[in-house]
Amino acid sequence: MEATNNTSTTDFVVYAVILALACVQVFLLKGKFVPMLLVAFIQAFLAVNFFMHLGSEKKTLRLALIPATLFVLMMMNMIWSDSFRLMHMKPFAK
Amino acid sequence: MSDANLSLDHAGVAMEDRPFAIPSKKLVMWLFIISDACTFGAVLFAYGYIRNAAADWPHPFESASVLNALLMTFVLVTSSLTMLIATRAAKSGDKAKALRFTFITVILGLVFGGLHLKEWFGLIGQGVRLFQNPWGAPLFGAAFFSITGLHLAHVLSGVIALTVVALGYKRGRYNADDIEIWSLYWHFVDLVWMFVVPMVYLMNVSAG
Repeated sequence: MEATNNTSTTDFVVYAVILALACVQVFLLKGKFVPMLLVAFIQAFLAVNFFMHLGSEKKTLRLALIPATLFVLMMMNMIWSDSFRLMHMKPFAK
Repeated sequence: MSDANLSLDHAGVAMEDRPFAIPSKKLVMWLFIISDACTFGAVLFAYGYIRNAAADWPHPFESASVLNALLMTFVLVTSSLTMLIATRAAKSGDKAKALRFTFITVILGLVFGGLHLKEWFGLIGQGVRLFQNPWGAPLFGAAFFSITGLHLAHVLSGVIALTVVALGYKRGRYNADDIEIWSLYWHFVDLVWMFVVPMVYLMNVSAG
């Protein structure tokens, strides 16, 4: 099984970077939605690539997993227009 | 199909190579993880929807709660690191080290659960229930307890699974691959927390 071929030094560096990014979120970006979300995506990328070793798996596995997941998550974004309509109390278009 | 795509199984029968070059159970874990990612995605999107739609969404988290969330992040990310060390030790055949670090991961998971419950009881003490709270939109409690409860359930499931796999690994029932496969689950739980903290805690910090 190919998986654990990174050095353990890399593990410690990635661990430190993820924790540093968590501190950035808490102390610098608190309440700022988009920057916090971007930092969360960077943390997620580091975790998937270096902790879960998806980057060192076969390309076909990455292609089977990542686009499908991203597609489903992107499709969920269609709810936002309705939630903003409610926020501004706008009725449905007649 | 050419012979290059065939291999022999333990009984000497010609089998087609694995399409993704990983064992079936690891593929199953990956499939579970992406389906679970969609579940958490749906829950977080639903939370975003009701938060947007509520005019008086409460912001109850003081700096103590935020620091508690940061401490929980530290514990969970550290547990991912110890799980990585355990996986690496299992792969290199160091059974004692693999077991030691797997159990350290389990303990860190329990510490995380304890910190989680501390936060829950703090909010319950302030009057937050599933459908009411002293500050505003009544769905705040349902959203908060659902999201963090789903995550806590995953952490506790991971604690149980890692304990079972570690004990099985000690007895020789499971091997290093099983440790690695359950480490994937543990890292995923860690990954989800990276989205829960900003969306649920840091977006609801008290201005005062």
